Amino acid sequence: MNLHEHDKKIINQLQGGFPICENPWKELEKTLEIPADEIISRIKKMKSEGVISRFGPMYHAEKMGGGLTLAAMKVDKERYDEVTEIVNSFSEVAHNYEREHELSMWFVIATELPQQVQQVIDKIEQKTGINVYNMPKLQEFFLGLKFEI
Amino acid sequence: MNILATQQNSENYILDESDRKIISVTQTGLPLTLHPYNDVAEQTGLDVNEVISRMKNMTDQGIIRRSGVVPNHYKLGFKSNGMSVWHVQEEKITQSGEKVGALDFVSHCYQRPQFLPEWPYNLFAMVHGKTHDEVHEKVKKIADLLAGDNLAHQVLFSTRILKKTGLRI
Repeated sequence: MNLHEHDKKIINQLQGGFPICENPWKELEKTLEIPADEIISRIKKMKSEGVISRFGPMYHAEKMGGGLTLAAMKVDKERYDEVTEIVNSFSEVAHNYEREHELSMWFVIATELPQQVQQVIDKIEQKTGINVYNMPKLQEFFLGLKFEI
Repeated sequence: MNILATQQNSENYILDESDRKIISVTQTGLPLTLHPYNDVAEQTGLDVNEVISRMKNMTDQGIIRRSGVVPNHYKLGFKSNGMSVWHVQEEKITQSGEKVGALDFVSHCYQRPQFLPEWPYNLFAMVHGKTHDEVHEKVKKIADLLAGDNLAHQVLFSTRILKKTGLRI
């Protein structure tokens, strides 16, 4: 994907933070030396093309009182599609990835309340007959969030 | 205020109804308009200054991790996504996590539980690269950095996205 120089500048700058104030674009105009309406239209375009998957605040699920975990399962090739369908059918399953490993399915469970995580895991185990490895984060290491492009 | 007190506050921070209104309106994103917070104010029925001060406060409390754009690594050419997992000595875990989390090619870094004996890996670091080779090179850099504190490691490449919802929290 070929990005315009300004698109790159916008991504690099805005990964670090979007100002919370009445005129956020005014601050960015100065930093980026790009007019506000151009920044907005470039973000809109990149969002519609999928280059940017999100614009806005990202909330911390656990601090909001919710539950969050990473879970993994050993799923055989023969049952992979069937199990994918079962796991994806849970609205609490936010992301699900196939990975090259005996533990071949990795998914994120996000719930409104912490105790619901175990309930979702129990249901997935019942419906699939496969053991779920529950791997909640015990410690998070700060991410500068970067990806210079 | 000392650091401990700040952390304690953030653990106990109770969201009230106005905070929840703001969250519900903004959790899928901010409007791309000239005055996005005014739009949030309109949608929540709150005053714009209150929206701003509440969002600033939620940022200070860690309820909002950060605000800005989230690029799609895949679309930007980072087509290879390797979840590197490390078996680090228990007493070195925090020190190791901080070192790895600070690397600019690592997007997430967490300590997670082990399942011994089959799954000894307690440190997870997501590594993105344009190719598998590039990811392997970066994983090598992590291995060099951790040196003797790393007892074993693996990289699990994703081969398919099975589900990805818009909501990112």
